[in-house]
Amino acid sequence: MPKGLQPKLDISPKVSDTIKKTTCYMCACRCGIDVHIENGKVKYIEGNKDHPVNKGVLCAKGSAGIMQHYSPARLRAPLKRVGERGSGKFKEISWNEALDIAKNILKPIQKNAPEKLAFFTGRDQSQSFTGWWAQQFGTPNYAAHGGFCSVNMAAAGIYTLGGAFWEFGSPDWDKTKLFMIFGVAEDHDSNPIKIGLGKLKKRGAKIIGVNPIRTGYNAIADEWIGITPGTDGLFILSLIHTLFKAGKIDFNYLTRYTNAPFLINGIKNTKESGLFLKDKNEKPLVLDKKSGAVVPFDTPNIKADITASHTDENGLHRTVFQLMADKYLCKDYAPNKVAKSVGISAERIVKIANELATVAFEEEIVFDQEWTDWKGERHKKMIGRPVSFHAMRGISAHSNGFQTCRSLHLLQILLGSVEVPGGFRFKPPYPKPATAHPKPHFKVTPGSPLDGPHLGFVHGPDDLAVNEEGTPIRIDKAFTWENPMSSHGLMHMVISNAHAGDPYKIDTLFMYMANMAWNSSMNTQGVMKMLTDKKEDGTHVIPNIIYSDSYSSEMVAFADLVLPDTTYLERHDCISLLDRPICEADTVADSIRWPVVNPDRNVKGFQSTLIDLGVRLKLPGMVNDKGEALYKDYADYIINHQRRPGIGPLAGFRGKDGDCRGRGDPNPDQINAYIKNGGFWSEKIPPEAQYFKPWNSSYQKWAVDRGLFDSIQPYVFQIYVEPMRKFQIAAEGYGLKQPPDQLRNQIKMSMDPLPTWWSTKGSGNESSNEFPIHAITQRPAAMYHSWGSQNAWLRQIHGENPLYISTKIWEKHNFSNGDWALLSSKHGKIKIPVALMKALNEDTVWTWNAIGKRAGAWALDKNAPESKKGFLLNHLIHELLPPKGDGLRWSNSDPITGQAAWYDLTVKIEKIDMTLDIAEPVIAPQDSPVPKAPHNIKYGHEF
Amino acid sequence: MTSLPKNTVKKLGLAIDLDTCVGCHACVISCKEWNTSNYGSPLSDMDAYGENPTGTFLNRVHTYEVETENNDYKVVHFPKSCLHCEDAPCVTVCPTGASYKREEDGIVLVNEDACIGCGLCAWACPYGAREMDADAGVMKKCTLCIDRIYNENIPEEDRQPACVRACPTNARHFGDFADPSSHVAKLSTSRCGIELMPELEAKPVNRYLPPRLKTDQGSNNLPDILTPMINKVPKNLKGFLSWVDKVLEKI
Amino acid sequence: MKPATSLIIFTVLSGFGFGLLFWLNLNLYSSTNFPDVIIFPTAFLISIVGLISSSFHLGNPQRALLAFTQWRSSWLSTEAVLAVLTLFTSFIYAVLSIVFKLYIFWLGLIASGMCLLTIFSTAMIYTQMKTVPRWNMKVTPVLFLLYGTVGGSIILNNGLLSFFLFLILGSVQIWTWKMGDQQFKRSSNIRTATGLSTKDKYIRMLEPPHTGSNYLLKEMVNIVAQKHIYKLRWISLCLLSLLPAILCLLTTTANINYFTFLAVICVINLIGTLISRWLFFSEAEHVVGLYYDR
Ligand SMILES: Nc1nc2c(c(=O)[nH]1)N[C@H]1C(S)=C(S)[C@@H](COP(=O)(O)OP(=O)(O)OC[C@H]3O[C@@H](n4cnc5c(=O)[nH]c(N)nc54)[C@H](O)[C@@H]3O)O[C@H]1N2
Ligand SMILES: Nc1nc2c(c(=O)[nH]1)N[C@H]1C(S)=C(S)[C@@H](COP(=O)(O)OP(=O)(O)OC[C@H]3O[C@@H](n4cnc5c(=O)[nH]c(N)nc54)[C@H](O)[C@@H]3O)O[C@H]1N2
Ligand code: SF4
Ligand code: SF4
Ligand code: SF4
Ligand code: SF4
Ligand code: SF4
Ligand SMILES: [Mo]
Repeated sequence: MPKGLQPKLDISPKVSDTIKKTTCYMCACRCGIDVHIENGKVKYIEGNKDHPVNKGVLCAKGSAGIMQHYSPARLRAPLKRVGERGSGKFKEISWNEALDIAKNILKPIQKNAPEKLAFFTGRDQSQSFTGWWAQQFGTPNYAAHGGFCSVNMAAAGIYTLGGAFWEFGSPDWDKTKLFMIFGVAEDHDSNPIKIGLGKLKKRGAKIIGVNPIRTGYNAIADEWIGITPGTDGLFILSLIHTLFKAGKIDFNYLTRYTNAPFLINGIKNTKESGLFLKDKNEKPLVLDKKSGAVVPFDTPNIKADITASHTDENGLHRTVFQLMADKYLCKDYAPNKVAKSVGISAERIVKIANELATVAFEEEIVFDQEWTDWKGERHKKMIGRPVSFHAMRGISAHSNGFQTCRSLHLLQILLGSVEVPGGFRFKPPYPKPATAHPKPHFKVTPGSPLDGPHLGFVHGPDDLAVNEEGTPIRIDKAFTWENPMSSHGLMHMVISNAHAGDPYKIDTLFMYMANMAWNSSMNTQGVMKMLTDKKEDGTHVIPNIIYSDSYSSEMVAFADLVLPDTTYLERHDCISLLDRPICEADTVADSIRWPVVNPDRNVKGFQSTLIDLGVRLKLPGMVNDKGEALYKDYADYIINHQRRPGIGPLAGFRGKDGDCRGRGDPNPDQINAYIKNGGFWSEKIPPEAQYFKPWNSSYQKWAVDRGLFDSIQPYVFQIYVEPMRKFQIAAEGYGLKQPPDQLRNQIKMSMDPLPTWWSTKGSGNESSNEFPIHAITQRPAAMYHSWGSQNAWLRQIHGENPLYISTKIWEKHNFSNGDWALLSSKHGKIKIPVALMKALNEDTVWTWNAIGKRAGAWALDKNAPESKKGFLLNHLIHELLPPKGDGLRWSNSDPITGQAAWYDLTVKIEKIDMTLDIAEPVIAPQDSPVPKAPHNIKYGHEF
Repeated sequence: MTSLPKNTVKKLGLAIDLDTCVGCHACVISCKEWNTSNYGSPLSDMDAYGENPTGTFLNRVHTYEVETENNDYKVVHFPKSCLHCEDAPCVTVCPTGASYKREEDGIVLVNEDACIGCGLCAWACPYGAREMDADAGVMKKCTLCIDRIYNENIPEEDRQPACVRACPTNARHFGDFADPSSHVAKLSTSRCGIELMPELEAKPVNRYLPPRLKTDQGSNNLPDILTPMINKVPKNLKGFLSWVDKVLEKI
Repeated sequence: MKPATSLIIFTVLSGFGFGLLFWLNLNLYSSTNFPDVIIFPTAFLISIVGLISSSFHLGNPQRALLAFTQWRSSWLSTEAVLAVLTLFTSFIYAVLSIVFKLYIFWLGLIASGMCLLTIFSTAMIYTQMKTVPRWNMKVTPVLFLLYGTVGGSIILNNGLLSFFLFLILGSVQIWTWKMGDQQFKRSSNIRTATGLSTKDKYIRMLEPPHTGSNYLLKEMVNIVAQKHIYKLRWISLCLLSLLPAILCLLTTTANINYFTFLAVICVINLIGTLISRWLFFSEAEHVVGLYYDR
């Protein structure tokens, strides 16, 4: 059309009146967002260009945040149950009434038996606060969702390296040349991983994806390894075997930065066997090559000998490295031995080992940056091995996950690629070894706070949360012989244990942000029953349930009292260095959320609600001597609370004038300073401190300056985890604290101080003959668990989910498009629609996670596709293993950490000879406590 | 009238990198988000919380499964929006003149005030890039974010389409294909950008950068540094350890 | 393509109406059997109902007048303009002939020609769509012209002629179906649509962009089972061609030529045409379906 005739357009419209910068909450990645406000209403959300996490990009969920903020499923006022549990019948009550009810339930508990409160907080982004609240209440029963999510990853990383993947560290995206990603669909580091992959693609660096399913990140991988679920550990150990055999290992790195040269007590059958040889100051010993003497490992100017053995009056002691050579040179890990189990040919395993070695050792990168190590040695350059790794729940959500994650860390270490240019880098406050973390605390004194933080890292049987008789002190049985290193608790066992009264009965289940009556639980129907079960006297087996949610979820229907939260744009929040910070590898950072609009409903930020409740309960630390509130609300707490003198929830803009970083007095204007700065605070780590952080003296000094630690904490990587050996020693019968007999073998086998592997088939969850197919789930990028479905935009992308089936299984059962199948496990059966996928491990089926919904929830129509064709695999997974005939309840978890073994599920499949119109099981609909949703919407018409 | 300009000064469009796109739908939603409260009528959603939700989207991501050269299978995510064709058939079929291609930059737009909602342009488009909004009854399509790319109320670095700005992997590139020195033109040349359905002669401007040829079974062209080493490294433990010693001496 | 009722009625009725006008304007019919006071208005009525029906397809019919503006570039616009001009010219011709008994041959010729042109441009709205290969054939306008004119030919009261015309229509229809069945394969495929695989490698859609439906799928991806198609083709062929042809033959032997009988033939033919037109839309595959692997 000739230009003159073209319509006149306004190509420069005003975007909005104001931009308010805050933090996204549509997942735990916590990207910075610019919220555009027009006429007081949220109009448009985009990524914050200056933000260290997302640098301006925004994922689908983040952009759809608007629809979440305006969701029809938002709760509107506190709710008191009026129908049966699970029915969804409620009456709206005032906040005063709601908090009084809560107080009347909780006060007697706090005074007499605080452990009768189980306070679990789901995917909480304020754990340093909620944990503190629970501590002040005095209950030992607190944890967030980590135990069923990815504690294997976190704990294995911290025990081994002093940090794991995701929030603890990331690949050196700008320099790495070969990147290998294990078992990741989306992860919490969602945008940074995508930004990173984009960088690799731009530079032409190679990506290898290890995943039974080739979607998402694996779809763009240059090489895809469709591994058999549960066998990554074996595959990795086979790579290690091959590298060992070829001698392609970074010996220098092992010598300097790991406990490979540590001498191990070689005397058999004592309570010291297999522990480090130590000097009087408890310092592990190494053999100095120069002097031939046995000296503490951190003695300056020595050259530790990794191959030599040391004989003293007691006998022969060998180094960790020798034990490693023993173990990993063993034929059991030879590629041709493992090929069949892992589903990868021996030739290909060798090829990958070769590629890793070639890039690590032949393409090493040199970075002109001087630095000084912890022993005072000055290095002219930073030498990097540009091979990096990332992994997530695909390896951690198995019952062998802890050791698999450890194996991967071992591989990283052997290639010398941790904390070096081009390798894997920590994000502050990591690196932070297990020894720098607290131990678990569980000493209950009625009426008083707990003796310390609940969660932490055990270093041996003495740290277990068991009483004299060996019975668990925590309701979730965390830190017990069943799963000694359960650093994140076991949220998935709380309801089941509370229902069974094992180890004891509780009075009140108080939960926040966890859809435990639906997708957060295994055995969903069973859990719904446990929540509703009554005793003979007509009272509930779990007497009181208090729950906080923002939306009309499935879990809401099971609560007696609902404390409605705001949406993320309506409240204060704090993403703290005391918790899980938003730092990047070269930047320390924390951030806030703040009310960019005010709620138009009778709802309150949950953290402020907790403070209000704490004041009503007169909890120590929340009231002064006169019983007056110390903090008016959460914002006030964020500003004024101090964990240690000068250290508070936020590290930025501290001190009276806001010019202190990390350490400093509370600054009354701190939140405004954050708002002015774009909702976050960040500081680049000085260049000299950016790599080799565990051993880099300028990093260590800087970290102390910033309040990350109070004293410098250099350490070496723990290839050999001595605390694990301590549990084995106990299982061998030494020491005062003894495991129950039925657990001795499990402990001896699983607590190998060197990374190892066992088949998940031994977990009792599978029987390869009857249930030969692996069944797993993946996170869809455009959905967040259950809450995505209330989002008018996102639910159009994922409104239902078929079961994807490999060609082999598809053909074997003669499936065709549109078919339905009966899928069964040892535990249950579901009927579901199926679809073919070829880029899939041949013994695997899978589906998207958490698309299925209970009818009536989330303000959706009762006939919504989510409840008709959407389904959960959770019905087939049980929180307990099938009974072994010993009368005991064995949890379906990793024996070390208690991590829920979601992906151990195996099934069988049968074709159904008709098309169903609803997936089974069909769960009776719940009533909706919120009004009916509008029919058609045209968001944006008012602007 | 809806005839096409003989030549446009610029040929603005997108280069979409299929080798990098992870199928995250960020571009889909950011597009919906920007365009529902900007240019023209909102992008409505019918039965939004019901049994059969259908909404207007200007950009959608398809997912394909493709057999590779060595009989492996790979998944390719394929975002699709208007390709701002040079010989846009959607423009010439339009009976009202509502559809037009801008002479200055080649952007194909719908003047919603003149659109009668006959749907003919959507039929004419080979790529499924036009969707009739069920609420407004007018044709919606990708505007190449015309109200962003020239918008003086937006910082200069942000004057790019919403989908490009949001894309976390940087798989979407915006620019002028008429200028051979532009980033997109160069990308397209160096990566052999694909023109979709050339046989229909719409001459799309957008280009798709194909998944790079991969050796899906691992690279064969790497030197094998392991095998010769394996032969040199002694197999028994004692020999292995003393070999390690010798290696360490050299460091 | 979605077989929208409004479009089926529009194309069938306006085609039939203009076809009738084509014969009427030529003044070749016998006005004893078909009194022009009745038949002319009937033709106008049918055409106008058809044309009006097309507006039910519009999202914003209140702006329909704008559709007359782009007659130089858009077939739809051309058709609209032509339809109005044709109606106008025919109307003048009709008024002159009915009221004033003034039969201006050249005016009739022009009006008839315009009728054909109108039908042709209606056909071109579809024929021009490279995106719908089944329509994008030279034979499409021929078929439309036949559909429009054959049914109306009965007013010539020449059974034999109509018999042959109906058979020609039937044959061209069969030919079109046969050709049409080959068209899509010759045009595009999922490889050219996605550019993903040039060789003969397997490619398919794994996941649709949205699990729900959308405008494109509703409007352009319509799937009818093959067996229904064959059944319907037979039925429509019988109704639009065979049965009318036989009946026309009957008129020659039994010398039946009264109004109602011929009207019945027309109606039968019209029903056949409606079915065939339903198939015309339903069977037509739009290339956008390739993106959905359908
Ligand atoms: N968009 C989006 N992002 C999210 C979430 C969400 O719901 N949506 N949830 C967040 C939460 S809570 C979490 S915990 C993280 C989880 O982040 P991820 O770990 O990425 O999540 P999953 O989808 O559980 O990924 C499991 C992956 O492991 C693969 N897998 C399963 N078994 C094995 C195996 O044995 N070996 C290997 N190699 N791979 C295996 C699966 O195919 C899948 O790709 O994501 C977070 N981010
Ligand atoms: N089959 C299978 N099941 C799984 C997994 C799997 O891989 N496979 N993964 C497991 C893992 S790792 C996780 S983390 C869980 C996740 O599952 P859940 O923890 O159950 O996560 P959601 O259901 O998304 O969210 C919990 C609740 O938080 C509410 N909520 C959202 N925003 C707010 C807010 O601002 N305030 C409050 N108070 N509440 C809010 C939501 O409405 C929802 O009811 O699922 C687990 N379940
Ligand atoms: S990854 Fe997406 S959902 Fe998660 S915080 Fe970032 S923008 Fe929000
Ligand atoms: S945002 Fe980028 S990576 Fe995500 S689907 Fe769109 S083009 Fe692909
Ligand atoms: S892609 Fe379709 S809508 Fe866009 S210009 Fe080309 S033909 Fe027109
Ligand atoms: S729908 Fe609107 S833009 Fe498309 S052809 Fe019809 S009038 Fe033109
Ligand atoms: S350029 Fe703008 S309108 Fe077009 S797809 Fe991208 S965001 Fe949507
Ligand atoms: Mo999780």
